[in-house]
Amino acid sequence: MDLSQINPLLLLASLMVAATPILLAAIGEAVVEKAGVLNLGVEGMMITGAVVGFAIGVNTGSPAVGFVAAAVAGAALSMLFGVLVLYLMSNQVATGLGLTLFGLGLSSLIGKPYEGMKAPSMAKWDIPLLSDIPVLGPILFRHDPMVYVSLIIVTATWYVLTRTRAGLILRGVGENHDAAHALGYKVVRVRLMAIAFGGACAGLGGAYVSLVRVPQWVEGMTAGAGWIALAIVVFASWRPWRVLLGAYLFGGITVLQLNLQAAGAAIPVEILAMSPYVVTILVLVVISLRGQHGAPGSLGRIFHATH
Amino acid sequence: MTGDTRENEALLTLDGLTKAYPGVIANNKVSFSILPGEVHALLGENGAGKSTLVKMIYGLVKPDEGRMILNNAPFSPTNPAAARSSGVAMVFQHFSLFDALSVAENIALGMDNPPHARALSARIREVSNAYGLPLDPERVVGDLSAGERQRVEIIRCLLQDPKLLIMDEPTSVLTPQEVDILFETLRKLTAEGTAILYISHKLEEIRSLCEHATVLRLGHVVDTCDPREKSARELAEMMVGDTLHVPSREAATPGPVVLAMNDVSMKSPSAFGTNLHNISVEVRAGEVLGIGGVAGNGQDELLAVLSGEGRAQSGTITLAGDDIGALYPNARRARGLLTAPEERLGHSAAPDMSLTENALLTGAVRKQLVDRGFLRWGKTEAFAKTIIAEFDVRTPGPDNAAGSLSGGNLQKFVIGREVLQDPEVLVVNQPTWGVDASAAAAIRQSLLDLAHHGAAVIVISQDLDELMEIADRFTALNEGRLADPVSTQGLDVETIGLMMGGGEQETAA
Repeated sequence: MDLSQINPLLLLASLMVAATPILLAAIGEAVVEKAGVLNLGVEGMMITGAVVGFAIGVNTGSPAVGFVAAAVAGAALSMLFGVLVLYLMSNQVATGLGLTLFGLGLSSLIGKPYEGMKAPSMAKWDIPLLSDIPVLGPILFRHDPMVYVSLIIVTATWYVLTRTRAGLILRGVGENHDAAHALGYKVVRVRLMAIAFGGACAGLGGAYVSLVRVPQWVEGMTAGAGWIALAIVVFASWRPWRVLLGAYLFGGITVLQLNLQAAGAAIPVEILAMSPYVVTILVLVVISLRGQHGAPGSLGRIFHATH
Repeated sequence: MTGDTRENEALLTLDGLTKAYPGVIANNKVSFSILPGEVHALLGENGAGKSTLVKMIYGLVKPDEGRMILNNAPFSPTNPAAARSSGVAMVFQHFSLFDALSVAENIALGMDNPPHARALSARIREVSNAYGLPLDPERVVGDLSAGERQRVEIIRCLLQDPKLLIMDEPTSVLTPQEVDILFETLRKLTAEGTAILYISHKLEEIRSLCEHATVLRLGHVVDTCDPREKSARELAEMMVGDTLHVPSREAATPGPVVLAMNDVSMKSPSAFGTNLHNISVEVRAGEVLGIGGVAGNGQDELLAVLSGEGRAQSGTITLAGDDIGALYPNARRARGLLTAPEERLGHSAAPDMSLTENALLTGAVRKQLVDRGFLRWGKTEAFAKTIIAEFDVRTPGPDNAAGSLSGGNLQKFVIGREVLQDPEVLVVNQPTWGVDASAAAAIRQSLLDLAHHGAAVIVISQDLDELMEIADRFTALNEGRLADPVSTQGLDVETIGLMMGGGEQETAA
């Protein structure tokens, strides 16, 4: 093994790219869960975003249009979930799992003609001046625009949730939907909007995989990233900055294990490949052992408006 | 004062309000007036239509017929925000608070145009101190006591300068001292001209606080009166429309000690629960021990450690001399220790299962309803029918789901199920919570009869009047510690309050 082959600067730079899909999906799901809804369909919305983003990107030649289409597709799919769960009062866990299966099937149907094609490339944004800073410049300021978009979304989510009335109402709805209803807030409407936001973010995350990270369409290419995003929301105790931390931690381990494989580490490839997932499980166990970790009070409960 | 003059000066007049739900008319042509600066009591049994009526005033429910006039202008709020902007505020029976949010955030959610966070915090401090209800705006509501949580609700209403404040069962979770503070605040408010519509089951409170009362029965206004001129019994009979049967108890000499707890401590299984500390108490055959205390001071945990859901160190709990501390619930039931927890739906009874199935759930052991692993449905249904008949449970039959019964009827079923298994010791938590006067009287009578026939009964309750009525000895839980029991004969409210607040040691010293 030759550890000197691993360039720490490149490692840190690629960490941000590796983490962006999960970060996007997780921040969206954090908002959905803050509103009291558990949507286990993240994986399905991501893969749908991946295939729609890729298809539109290839057809228009513009990755940006692809990303917008992916967000719309993710949101549209999430609305299916929203109607079932909020209006028809279906079980959130079962409906979410169904959404994932549906998304996986739908995406391979749409994606068949696009297999083997190459995505239009997305120009990197070398932020002037900042990207020339030694060490920090290459790590932080030489990425594609979506990396910055994801960071802006996290910041905006934090600001809206903690500093604005809209965010307070959303947290109130998630904490105690009966009380929110008694005070006259529209529980179903707030939740529907949160679910749409979560779907759009998951769609963006999926499109980032197919348009930037890989960049081509392969069936089932999100490979469980949606589930990791769900785990990161719990890991983060439903807080936006911790979602960022969790996603980068996971991205970091993913990139590190790839680098270790390339450096010829004497550890079996399988163990390296599973390490991000093992670490996620261990972190979740540690968090659960600490006991109470701030789940929204009405999370996963069905809301019946009383008269 | 005649009806007409009341109407002329009225702040709010209800005129012929009617609201029907499928199968039931919740309110039928309800008309009355509330004057400015008046504390107006709304009396009625469960199901009389009080909740529906106040929900119409607060804009949560739209009346089918009738009109409301507020300050000489038509008033028909379509949602709570509209009601609030017209000066109507409401303190809910089950607090409408958000546990994970701070006091200031909770209050902001109840206002339509809250000021900026810092200004709001300053306002909360100012108003809460002015009314003698100090509150720290930064604290998280989940950590507050029941009394403090209610302050949050009240301050939330007061910040909007309401003309009419609706209070639904505000004192059910308060200590007597906290009730005094609340009443002082309410009197301050009425002196400023705010009208209060006050709903409570506690008739003594209504007599001391309210100037006018409207009595509802089955959705109709059946009477109005000045509660200060009536006795509590007269008020209760107006609500029931019948003479009220008051539980009677015969003096009995207590028998030998049946259940003894010796230095029992238990860590609460839930994150927001209360740990039990060094509880020692003895209960004798034929005796009713009343355990008071404000909710959340270890009541659920005490019931759990007695039922066997939680277990104590072996040797610390004995039943008729035998160690049962480490036994599971069914083993304890077999020996005659039965329990009925507080929460009817989900703990005492499974809502979606039929009454027969629910009868089986706790009756299986003592009533021999299971034979070599097979259920004996015939015998079980007969048992369920006996409970229904003996405890006057109003239901079409034992095949109905437990969740379809009203609270009072289900409570009668749940208590009846345990009483009819001839327990040696029966532990009940909040046996008459949310149950109307006549059903409550029936339940209390059955507990007294049980004790009279030689069982030991432990009643955990937040209703002090209930405990004074049926208990031989009284004690109270405070932060998981149990005070030394005292006889209820000649017990005064001050001592009770001190026991509930954990201050009993100071008075003894």
